[in-house]
Amino acid sequence: MSFFSGFKRLTCLTLLLSLLFAGGFSFTSIPVFANMANAEEAVKSEGTPTESVKEGEKKAEYPPAPKLTAADYPQIGGFNPRILVWIVAQLHLWFAAFVLAVPIFVLIIEAIGMATKDQRYDNMAYEFIKVSMAAYSITASITAIMGGLLTFTLLVFYPDLFKYMASLFSRSMLAYAFLFFAESASLYVYYYGWHWLEGGFKKWVHLTIGLVLNFVGTVLMLLANAWVTFSMSPNGVDPATGAFLGSEWDVIHNFLWNPLNLHRVIANIAYGGSIIGAYAAYKFLSSSVKEEKAHYDWMGYTANVIAVGGLLPLPFAGYWLTAEIYAYSQQMGITLMGGAFAWLFIMQAVLIGALFLSVNYYLWCGMGRSEGSGRYTKHIWWIAALIVGCFLVWFTPHTLVLTNQELKALGGPYHKYLGPLGIMPAKNTAVNIMIIMTFLSFTLYRRANKIATVSWAASGSAIQAAIFVAAILNIIFLGVYHGYFTNTAYKVAASIPQVLSTAVVIISTLIIDSMMFKGAKEVGPLRWGKVPDRSQYALFMLAVSFTWLMGLMGYVRSGIRQHWHVNSIMRDNSIDAFTPTIGVAAQVVTSATVIFMAIVIFIFWLSNISSKKSAVH
Amino acid sequence: MKLPKLLQAVLVVVGVYIGFKLVFSVGLHQPIPSSLLTMYMFFVVVATLLVTTATEESAKEMSAPIKALVEDPSKKTIRNIVFVLVPLLAAWMTYSKLAPSFEAPVELRTIHPAPPSSLKAYGKSFDMMKLENPFSKFQKEDPEKFKVLVKEGGDVYYKNCHFCHGDKLDGQGQYAQGFNPLPLNFQDVGTIAQLQESYLFWRIATGGPGLPKEATPWLSAMPVWKDFLTEDEIWKVILFLYDYTGQAPRSWAAH
Ligand code: HEC
Repeated sequence: MSFFSGFKRLTCLTLLLSLLFAGGFSFTSIPVFANMANAEEAVKSEGTPTESVKEGEKKAEYPPAPKLTAADYPQIGGFNPRILVWIVAQLHLWFAAFVLAVPIFVLIIEAIGMATKDQRYDNMAYEFIKVSMAAYSITASITAIMGGLLTFTLLVFYPDLFKYMASLFSRSMLAYAFLFFAESASLYVYYYGWHWLEGGFKKWVHLTIGLVLNFVGTVLMLLANAWVTFSMSPNGVDPATGAFLGSEWDVIHNFLWNPLNLHRVIANIAYGGSIIGAYAAYKFLSSSVKEEKAHYDWMGYTANVIAVGGLLPLPFAGYWLTAEIYAYSQQMGITLMGGAFAWLFIMQAVLIGALFLSVNYYLWCGMGRSEGSGRYTKHIWWIAALIVGCFLVWFTPHTLVLTNQELKALGGPYHKYLGPLGIMPAKNTAVNIMIIMTFLSFTLYRRANKIATVSWAASGSAIQAAIFVAAILNIIFLGVYHGYFTNTAYKVAASIPQVLSTAVVIISTLIIDSMMFKGAKEVGPLRWGKVPDRSQYALFMLAVSFTWLMGLMGYVRSGIRQHWHVNSIMRDNSIDAFTPTIGVAAQVVTSATVIFMAIVIFIFWLSNISSKKSAVH
Repeated sequence: MKLPKLLQAVLVVVGVYIGFKLVFSVGLHQPIPSSLLTMYMFFVVVATLLVTTATEESAKEMSAPIKALVEDPSKKTIRNIVFVLVPLLAAWMTYSKLAPSFEAPVELRTIHPAPPSSLKAYGKSFDMMKLENPFSKFQKEDPEKFKVLVKEGGDVYYKNCHFCHGDKLDGQGQYAQGFNPLPLNFQDVGTIAQLQESYLFWRIATGGPGLPKEATPWLSAMPVWKDFLTEDEIWKVILFLYDYTGQAPRSWAAH
C-alpha cells in the first residue's frame, strides 16, 4: 500500500511540477505580449482609433527581424551557449517523444481490445500504462523540466531570437502552455479512470478521454514543429525584413511543417515502442522469477512489434521530408545530401541498418519460444544474407573516401559500379527489400508455433512465396533499370511502384495468413520467457540506435540552416555561427545520448526499487 | 563430414572478402576502396555472428570450441600458441596503422558543396534561389532555335572545356590526369544529373577558386569562366552538357 501512496505522492509532485513549468513557460514568454503592446501604441499614436488603417501602415505595426551583432549574445561564465542549448533541446525532444508516444499505443491496444472484446488486450493496455507510469510520471516531469530549461537557456543566451520568435508565435506559445496542462490532466484522468470507467458506455467515455489525451499531445507536438520548421522555411513574414505579416496561421503553416509532422508522428510511435522494449529487457534481465520473466518477455515482444510497425514506413516519410527540403531550397538540399552533412547520412544509414538487423535478430531468437520453430530456423541464413546485401548497398556513399592511389586506379572520384549504389534508386531498392525481409522474419516467427489445418495450406504458402519472389524481382528490376539506364528526371519514378510492391507483399501475406491460420493447431503453448538473454540486448541496441539516430539527424535538420537563426531572414551573428566538424557534432550528440540513457536507466532503477518495496509490504 | 560452426563462420567471412576482391579488382577492374571494404566487412562479420547465434543450439556450437580452448586441460599447447598469437596480431595491426607512409592522408572531400544564396558576376547579383537558364524555355517553344543554341554551346565546349572534361564529356580529357581533383565526368549519374542549371552556372562562372571552404583541401583546376566567357555562352554550354549526355537537370519541383 505504501507503494501506492508513494506513487500518488509522486504523481502529485509531477502534476505540480508540470503546472509550474507550464506556468513558467507562459511567464517566460511574456515578450509574447510585446507585439500586442506595440499594436496598442500604434493605435494610440494614430490618434483616432476609428480611422481605417491602410495596408502599408498595418505592416509597419510589426517590427522587422532584429539584425544582431556578436555583442547581442550574452556570454555568461564559461558556458558554450550553443552546445548547452543544443543538448538541452535534444534531451527535451527525447523525453517529449517518449511521453507522447506511450499514450498512442496504449490507446491503440485498448481500442483493439474493445473491438475484439478480448479482455487480454485491455489488461495489456492497462499493464502497459501502469508499468510505465512510474517511469512515466518521472519522465513527464523531466520533460517539463527540460522544456523549462530550454526556454530558460534560450532566453538567457539568445534573447533577441527568442523575442522575435515569441512575437510571431504569441498565441501558439500561450496555447502550448495551456495544452501542456491539459495533457497532464487528461493523462491522469485516463490512467486513474481506467477501472472506474469500465464496461459499456463508460468504456466509450474512457476511450474518448484517451483520444483527447492523444489529440492534445499531438497538437502540442505540431505547435513545436511549427516553430522549428519556421526557422527552416519561414512563411508569413516579409521576406526582405522578416516583419510579421499579421497571420499566425501562415507562420505556422510553413512549407516544411507537414512533412516534419508526419515524420515525427511516425517516429514517435517507433521510438516509444523501442524505449518500452528496452524497459522490458531491463526488467527481464534483472528478474529471476519465472512468471516475471515471462511477463516482461511478452511485454518486450509487444513493444518491439509496435516499434517495428513504426519503423517500416519511416524511411518513406523521411524521403518525403528530404524531397520537400530540396524542393524548398536547392541550397539546403545540397548541404543536406551532397555537402557538409552528407557524411552524417552515411552514419544514419549505418544506424538504420543496425536497427533492422537488431529487429530481425530479436525475431529469430524469439522463435525459441515455440516448439515448432525448427521448421523455420533453417531459413534464417539466407534472409540474413539478403538483408546484409541490402544493408551494404544502403550505406554505400556516392562520394567515396579514396586514397590517391585508389583515385587514379578508378579514374575519377566516382566508382563505375558502386557509384550508382549511392543514389536514390539503389537506396530505395535496398530499403524496400530490407523491409520485405524483415516482414518475412516476422511472418515466419508468427508461424513458428502454428500448423495450418485448412486443406489449401500448401498452395496458400506457395502463392505467398510467389508473391514475395515476384515483388523482390520487380523491385530489383525497377532499381537497376532506373539506377543505371535512365536519367535523373526518371530516377524517382521507380520509388512509387517499388513501395507499392512492398505494400502488396505485406497486405496480401497478412490476408492469406489470416485465412490460412484460422483455427490452426498450436504446436505447443508459447513459452514466454524462454528466450536467450542475447535477444534482450537486441532490444537495448534498438533503443540506443534510435536515440542516437534522432540526435544525429535532428542536428542535421537544424544545422542545414548554417549561419541563419531563421533561414535567410534572421542571421546568426554569434561567435558560434559556424558548422562544426562532423567529429565535434558526433561527440556532442553522443554525449547527449549518454546523458539521456543515464537518466533513463536511473528512472528504470527507481521504479524497480519502488516496486520491490511494494512487494515486501 | 560437417564442419564445426565456428570454422564455417570464419570461412564465410573469408569467402566474402575474397569474393569482393576477385569481382571488383580482377573482374571489373574497379577495386573497392579500402575505406568502404572495411565497412562492408565489419557488417559481414556482425551479421555472421548474429546468424550463428540466433538459435540456442547453434550458439552453443559456436562457443563450444572457444570454451574448450580456454578451459580444456588437454588443449594446453594450442592455448599457449593462441595466447601468444593474438597479442602479436594486435601489435602488428597497431603498427601497420601507425607506421608512416608516403600516401597523402585520406580526406573527406565534398564534391558538391552547397551554393551561396547569391552570386556576383558580370557586374550584377544573381539570386541562386530563383536563377534559371534563360534558354531552357526554347526546348518546347522553339525547338529549331534550341538546336542552334545547343550547337553554339557545343562550340564553346570544344573550344574551352574538352581539354579537361574530355571530348566525350566523360572526364577523360588529355590533361585530366594531371589534376587533383580530377575534372568531373558529366556522363556519370552523380554529377550534372543531380544538379540544377543554376548550380552549374555558379560552378562554371566561379570555377575552382569559387569553391567554398568545405570543398577544400584540394583546389580544383577548374578556371573562373566568368573572366573568359559571356553570360550567354555559359548558359549555352550548359544546354550542351545536358543535351550531349542525355541527362536532365534537376528542376524546381514544388515552386
Ligand atoms: C583545367 C581543366 C578544366 C577546364 C579547361 C574546364 N574544367 Fe570544368 N572542372 C575541372 C575540375 C578540376 C573540376 C572540379 C572537380 C571537383 O571539384 O571535384 C571541374 C568542375 C566542373 C563542373 C562542376 C561539375 C559538378 O558536378 O560539380 C562543371 C559544370 C564544369 N567543370 C564545367 C566546365 C565547362 C563548361 C568548361 C568549359 C567552359 C570547363 N569545365 C573547363 C577542370 C576543368
